[in-house]
Amino acid sequence: MTRFIVVLALLIFGSTGGEIAITYGMKATGEPERLRPKELLQFLARALCNAWFWVGAPLMALAFYALLVLLSWEPISLVIPASALSYVVGTLGAKYILGEQVSTARWAGVVLVCLGVALVAKG
Amino acid sequence: MTLERRLRVKTLFMVLLMVVCANVGDLMLKRGMSRIGEVQPSLAGLARAFPLTVSNGSIWIGIFFLSGFMLSYMTVLSWADYSYVMPAGAFGYAILTLLAVVFLHESVSPRRWIGVVLICVGVLLVGQLNREPHR
Repeated sequence: MTRFIVVLALLIFGSTGGEIAITYGMKATGEPERLRPKELLQFLARALCNAWFWVGAPLMALAFYALLVLLSWEPISLVIPASALSYVVGTLGAKYILGEQVSTARWAGVVLVCLGVALVAKG
Repeated sequence: MTLERRLRVKTLFMVLLMVVCANVGDLMLKRGMSRIGEVQPSLAGLARAFPLTVSNGSIWIGIFFLSGFMLSYMTVLSWADYSYVMPAGAFGYAILTLLAVVFLHESVSPRRWIGVVLICVGVLLVGQLNREPHR
């Protein structure tokens, strides 16, 4: 159980940290003008030149390997629902790092996700 | 079509693509890791598992779909807020659990299903604000 919690924490903080960093990077990059190969490649090149992308990508790689390790141990019907805790961490990150407003309803959602994960973990 | 409506259809399409890619990707990863077996949580164990994961076909198919997920996710994040995109996968948890039962023959207890439903509702609630995609 301890090893599951430790690797789950790596998965959640890696993916949430990575997503927040890449969000910063993508906002700076802007959106591709059209969904055509040339524009998409230019968009990709611009994204790869952004430092935030290079903060986010290694974090996501770490999260990916943590996911593989978890999947080797436990059924996917435990691993993926438990990874929903990333919404809890994501909401905290949205409020305290990205400075977004968080309503009471969203905090209620955070509580429900925590309860749900607790029930899923009990099997 | 108005600009706002086009943006919404575009966002919806990308979100749908995200959910399909994420679910198929995760199921393929699980299939691959089931064949590889338990990874020992030590440096030696991780070193032993690494070549097995990179030479596993199911893992690569999973990576292919998850790349599709990442690409659609990154693209949609460039025009919609993180807090708007984040809840879109709410029902993905229920869908994935159902797929795990049907295709991987995992047994899911009623208590675990209640947990999954709570997670879906919770994730939807987390997305209460910022419903409109905006720049």
